[in-house]
Amino acid sequence: MTENHIISVHNLVKKFGTFVANDHLTFDVKEGEIFGFLGANGAGKTTAIRILCGLSYPTSGEIVVAGYDADREREKIKQNIGYMSQKFSLYDDLTVSENIRLYAGIYGLGRREIRQRESELLQRLGMEGIMNRRISMIPLGWKQKLAFSVAVFHKPKVVFLDEPTGGVDPITRRQFWELIHEATREGITVFVTTHYMDEAEYCDRVTILVDGHIEALASPRELRKSYNAKNMNEVFLQLARKAKNGMQ
Amino acid sequence: MSFRVEHISKTFGEVQALDDISFSTSEGELFGLIGPDGAGKSTLFRILVTLLHADNGEASVAGLDVRKEYKKIRQILGYMAGRFSLYQDLSVKENLQFYATVFGTTIDKNYDLIKDVYAQIEPFADRLAGRLSGGMKQKLALSCALIHRPRLLVLDEPTTGVDAVSRKEFWDLLKKIQQEGITILVSTPYMDEAAMCDRVGLVQNGKLMAVSDPAKLTLREGTRMFVFSSSGPIYQYLGLIREKAPDASAWLFGDEIHVLTGQGSDMEALGKEMHKWDVPGLEWKESPPGVEDYFMQLMAAESLSDPLFPPGAGEQKKR
Repeated sequence: MTENHIISVHNLVKKFGTFVANDHLTFDVKEGEIFGFLGANGAGKTTAIRILCGLSYPTSGEIVVAGYDADREREKIKQNIGYMSQKFSLYDDLTVSENIRLYAGIYGLGRREIRQRESELLQRLGMEGIMNRRISMIPLGWKQKLAFSVAVFHKPKVVFLDEPTGGVDPITRRQFWELIHEATREGITVFVTTHYMDEAEYCDRVTILVDGHIEALASPRELRKSYNAKNMNEVFLQLARKAKNGMQ
Repeated sequence: MSFRVEHISKTFGEVQALDDISFSTSEGELFGLIGPDGAGKSTLFRILVTLLHADNGEASVAGLDVRKEYKKIRQILGYMAGRFSLYQDLSVKENLQFYATVFGTTIDKNYDLIKDVYAQIEPFADRLAGRLSGGMKQKLALSCALIHRPRLLVLDEPTTGVDAVSRKEFWDLLKKIQQEGITILVSTPYMDEAAMCDRVGLVQNGKLMAVSDPAKLTLREGTRMFVFSSSGPIYQYLGLIREKAPDASAWLFGDEIHVLTGQGSDMEALGKEMHKWDVPGLEWKESPPGVEDYFMQLMAAESLSDPLFPPGAGEQKKR
């Protein structure tokens, strides 16, 4: 791990047969920042995230996540990151409390530590009253907040959020981002993808992937300026239209 | 031809999925139903497309009752379900041919109507539907919903999970289809898409909170909206604003903070206070509300923003 770089990616290439999903990606993510990873469907985001999370391996390139090599130390990476996606987060037929304890146990936290942190968390989320309720019986917005809290429960150095706010109401969406901001105050680095372009504005830096390569990487403010755009949506539309791969 | 919904309610077990919903569309209108997941949009659509019976209330499509005259409705209605519902192991062209045949027509006969949509996926006519990308699946599903030349179209979250570019293209296509005189009812969780509709209905927890022209949203009497921006990061001031203006509601909107005032909020005092904080390049001005501002005010009014158990907020039966 380079000094204060929690993720460092150099010339990441991933090929499926002759198809190049990731074409020499190079970027660093600084400790404690909110890093937005944007791109059209099919631009190569998911492929790259899977590699960064230790779920897949690169064809070539040097990738270090939380101090571990993404090719040779994938198990170590998994232990040292948090992950949450809209599609998979919590077990519907376990209770709130059971979900917390399950994930905490998987990440190797001790019984006493789990008990203490669990009650802290439930209190912070105002969910003590529903700790024994099954996940399928609580509102979507609450689930999202709980899923995020569970993803950072073991205090990982970096958490990956894959479209975390899809389909939630506008107030919950904003409360969710306030949780993200809180997490960065505790030193957690946040790597996030989203289709909501207003959320891109909340990131410290944003990278936009087009056809498997990085087309832009800067702060939202710089991007708006250099593309002479009113907001990130306009920046995104300008860049993503360059795509050739994606007969979307 | 239009949709008409009168006092429709539906419960699944303990969950009230739809709570006394009434509205109607005009002929040839593009009407959007906007709300988060679990609001009841899909349930309402399934009732309108004659796949599900309501517990109470009446609904009609082109004047035809959804219970009694469902066979006639199915002839004149196109429906794109929220989940990809085409045959994964048929090719693009086979799927389209199948739907055309079921409705007693042919692709050639109605090609002019689907041309704009279908032309974009036609180069992949022989590919299996299951192997298409998200945006392409969406275009194939729309082609199949249109192939029998329906007079009305129901589209359940066609743009969910689709990137900003494909979303924009999809809405451009819908506008063209509307010009053919087809009445369109479409749902979406993306509030920014409201602007593309002639009118929108805002739904939350099974209730229709409001119906409005998206360009004419008005805040509740006695409330105003102010937009704060700065030349640097603004998140750090959110807590301070909430502290100083407890009657108002303040939220992040991209690189701005939107403050909706309550009856007792003193914006002058807040403005003066903020100048003391030395916010770089601070600017603030009154502004008309966007769809999200409007939606959030309605949510707060119904005190549905974040109570422990809002009515009907449990997990809904999914489509």
